[in-house]
Amino acid sequence: MNLTLHVWRQASPDDRGRFVTYEALDVEAHMSFLEMLDVVNEGLEERGEEPIAFDHDCREGICGTCGMVVNGRPHGPWKRTTVCQLHMREYRDGDDIWIEPWRAAGFPVIRDLVVDRTSLDRIVAAGGFISARTGSAPDANAIPVPKAHAERAMDAASCIGCGACVAACPNASAMLFTSAKVAHLNLLPQGRPEKAMRVIDMVLQMEAENFGSCTNHGACETACPKDISVDFIALLNRDYLSAAVGRSG
Amino acid sequence: MGRGAALFRTSIGLKITMAVSGIVFVGFVIGHMFGNLKVYQGAEVFNHYAEGLREFGDPFFQYGQTLWIARAVLIVALAAHVWSALKLTRQSRAARDERYRKLEALEFSRASRSMRWGGVALLAFVVYHLLHLTFGAVHPDFIAGDAYHNLVTGFQSVPVSAVYAVAMLALGLHLYHGVWSAFQTLGISGPRVNRMRRPLALGIALVVAGGNLSFPVAVLTGIVA
Repeated sequence: MNLTLHVWRQASPDDRGRFVTYEALDVEAHMSFLEMLDVVNEGLEERGEEPIAFDHDCREGICGTCGMVVNGRPHGPWKRTTVCQLHMREYRDGDDIWIEPWRAAGFPVIRDLVVDRTSLDRIVAAGGFISARTGSAPDANAIPVPKAHAERAMDAASCIGCGACVAACPNASAMLFTSAKVAHLNLLPQGRPEKAMRVIDMVLQMEAENFGSCTNHGACETACPKDISVDFIALLNRDYLSAAVGRSG
Repeated sequence: MGRGAALFRTSIGLKITMAVSGIVFVGFVIGHMFGNLKVYQGAEVFNHYAEGLREFGDPFFQYGQTLWIARAVLIVALAAHVWSALKLTRQSRAARDERYRKLEALEFSRASRSMRWGGVALLAFVVYHLLHLTFGAVHPDFIAGDAYHNLVTGFQSVPVSAVYAVAMLALGLHLYHGVWSAFQTLGISGPRVNRMRRPLALGIALVVAGGNLSFPVAVLTGIVA
């Protein structure tokens, strides 16, 4: 099939950026979306033009490195799927595809579709860790964890930090990401000692990174390739409220 | 200002302010609608109720005191709600400095998109409503103390009733998202609670907006005259 791509090109953070139209010819239905872009890039390089820059690593949907807004939807039209796992059988000959980077003040564009997501790393660094004794691994089940808590913590921990929640949010809020990173530790006994400090420090860092405020639209949950629930945002709010009230006394 | 107070200036702190002040208004609009249902019992009952609001708490409170205490609470809640909304909106606008060419609407309900313009519309309506039926400044045939007469003659004008109808649509949408959102913001969430959050929000929105909407409809159809 032949497709028309409208791709955001931006040479540097200071460049204004613009959409450039490319023809993607002879695209196979079994190609992944990123393989399709690889082929387009080969053509660009053959013509001596700059290839389209985009982030990618595992191409198995588990690392969280890739991400772009495809026809107005983060990671494209497939639910619970990163853009590397989107396949071209979704499209028909002659389709137009608009490709944009994540757009948020907290994610400045580095080049084309590549954005700087170190803001998310700084949120994790602010409190997304536990104090643990180093040395040999502790015995299994030395600390009992209720099954339901373990399951919920695992759900939260499935966040791959891709930033699709921020990209989808009309407010460019990072609440779903932060809530998942707070919850997967706060739900477990191992994370309990720093619970109040963690939620406050991570929220303050989130605020400092120029993300927007949550209006409970739920677009983040819909866009999340790992199906993280907005229930974790409620949990974050609850933990924050109790930590803030506890500290003001 | 201590650290505790500073924590309420984050977006989550402001959202908690919005939720708590919003709950004050949810209580108010339910009570307001319920009280006004007495219009169906005729002029005497309705005017007695309107006058009763001023005598509420007698003899502990004197004439008009409870009414003004209630008004003071509402004014403070309104100021907190609007101030927080302005700060949060400004933060969110700045957070999406570069706009998408296109972003699909992925939110749970369309009502959430109406919160900002709907809130502004409701604020304008509150001003109009006070000037219309409380102070009578924009009411062509206002008789102080005769609430029944003011309501009936006010709603006999089709444009005025239309304004109220549009405002109740905005109120219904605002309540539908706002009530659900308050649960979320205050962290009231769990498998059992989550099942009743949407139905409760829908119920409050329908009862309040529907109840209020029935008054101009009843006047225009001659049921209340």
